[in-house]
Amino acid sequence: MSAIECLDLCKYFQQGDSVIKALDHLSVAFEQGAFVCLSGPSGSGKTTLLNAIGGLDELDSGEVRLDGQRIDNLSKSELADIRLHKIGFVFQAYNLIPVLTARENVEFVMQVQGIPAQERHEKANAILQEVGLLGMEHRLPAQLSGGQQQRVAVARAIVSKPKLVLADEPTANLDTRSMEKLMEQFVALNQNHKVTFLIATHDTRVMAYAKRQIKMVDGQIVADETR
Amino acid sequence: MAMVFSNMLLVFSISLQLGQYDMMIGNTLKMFSGNLQIQQQDYLDAPKMDRTVPDINQLVASLRQQTPYRYAARASTFALASSEDRTFGIQVTGVEPEFEPQVTALSGLVSEGRYLRDGAAAEIVLGKVMAKNLKVNLGDEITLLGSGKDGSFAAGIVTVAGIFDSGLSDADRAMALVGLSYFQDTFAMHGDGHSIVVSLDTLEGDIEASQQIQQQLAVLTDHVDELKVHDWRALNPGLEQAIQADFISAWFMYGVLILLVALGVMNTQLMSVLERTREFGVIMSLGVKPRMISGLVLLESLLMGLLGLVIGVALGGLVVLYFQHVGLYFPGMEEMAQRFNLPDRIYPEISLLSVLMGPVVVMIFSLVATLYPALRILRLHPIEAMRAT
Repeated sequence: MSAIECLDLCKYFQQGDSVIKALDHLSVAFEQGAFVCLSGPSGSGKTTLLNAIGGLDELDSGEVRLDGQRIDNLSKSELADIRLHKIGFVFQAYNLIPVLTARENVEFVMQVQGIPAQERHEKANAILQEVGLLGMEHRLPAQLSGGQQQRVAVARAIVSKPKLVLADEPTANLDTRSMEKLMEQFVALNQNHKVTFLIATHDTRVMAYAKRQIKMVDGQIVADETR
Repeated sequence: MAMVFSNMLLVFSISLQLGQYDMMIGNTLKMFSGNLQIQQQDYLDAPKMDRTVPDINQLVASLRQQTPYRYAARASTFALASSEDRTFGIQVTGVEPEFEPQVTALSGLVSEGRYLRDGAAAEIVLGKVMAKNLKVNLGDEITLLGSGKDGSFAAGIVTVAGIFDSGLSDADRAMALVGLSYFQDTFAMHGDGHSIVVSLDTLEGDIEASQQIQQQLAVLTDHVDELKVHDWRALNPGLEQAIQADFISAWFMYGVLILLVALGVMNTQLMSVLERTREFGVIMSLGVKPRMISGLVLLESLLMGLLGLVIGVALGGLVVLYFQHVGLYFPGMEEMAQRFNLPDRIYPEISLLSVLMGPVVVMIFSLVATLYPALRILRLHPIEAMRAT
């Protein structure tokens, strides 16, 4: 059984008189521990696919299964539970909470999960050190550069070691050194903890780390290569 | 801020209004009825001449000795009053001149001549309009014609000793006072009367006083079963209704104020929710349940409401305490108050009811007003919310 199964997913957007096919009868499956890069031009449906798998967006039709459990028909509350305990998100626009410091942003998910404060602090410190932000943990997102915010977002996504990380352009604002360091962390998590990574990216340097590359165009998979 | 100000305003307005009602009731009771009256049990419903309190002089004297309240005995009937030129139907009340001023303010309203001095004297004090209608002045004689308690023909000639001007047209036109002894002799009352008026220091003590008087009546008279102690509500049914009607109309005004505050709170909360839609979307995408966010918004509103309540009540309470001490003076009130022997200032009444009633309603309405923004959160989709600007 695949960890993630997508069956005949359709998601259309109306834009003026034309219909944009973000997902057009797309079916794909991912094994636990997969390290997948989704590539394709803007509007090809990469982000929509990640949102559908993460239960963030409603589909027009199709089924999404995580660990065999169908999630596209779950309530908002049940989906929130799945996201909280199984999925880590890295958004293109960072989506940090502006009124919380870097450390509080990283600790936020753990706090909602009910992890004790001491354990949260230790885990947040460790991950902030890994992403090179220790010493900046008391800064608000507005006081950090784009790259630093990106690293806080990554730290928040992986700190509680979810089973699945959905990352949308995670390296968009990182220099080469930071990108390499981040990808090494992703790879380590993938290899050591069998965390599944689905990364939507345009960055060919990121694609080099992937075990499987999927290319999308107009909501459909046009190429699917496994190394 | 709006909640603090409105709560403060409500605390002051309601306290002032309740104080005003107390003053209004007190003044009305002082005018004629007193706080309590002892009467023959059917007299209040149908004031017939033979429904009397037996041996009223002895009974009232004993009550004065046994209880700490102020008493005055009365007898009353309708009679024809004839002057040289005219005849009118009037209400004649026999009063104890030495005790009546302790229970009512009528003696202070005499604008010409003097109040009654001797209960047995053949003299009368009447209203200004009645004097004008009968065309009588001080020292003129009036013939009173009526029925005695036993149905006999009753007649007497009284001299006008004083004319009062209460400003109340009914009283000034139809009311006249004579001495109780003179009344009893003229109308064949044989020592009986119609009511014993009781005056208390406070409005609130009427239930306790009524019970105490009832107990004393059982000891002092054999006719206790025929007598009844009426409180001021029974004696002035229109007064309580008028106050209730006034309070209801005042609540319309308070309702508008509360509605404005609630709309203000709803607007603030709605704006606050709209401004944070993106943040709510982010935390929903991280796994926070919509109902938890909704609950937080309600909790936020509750805390705001509580804070507004505490500060508003504290500030409003301070303002009320200040005016409770110095009173609130309305220009033009002094002259009228002096005529009626009444206080010339209104003192707001501070109580748990006056302090909490308005602010608690504001808080409840504010919470209700937050329901819409809170419910709106439940309908949010994480992705749509994160796209909000």
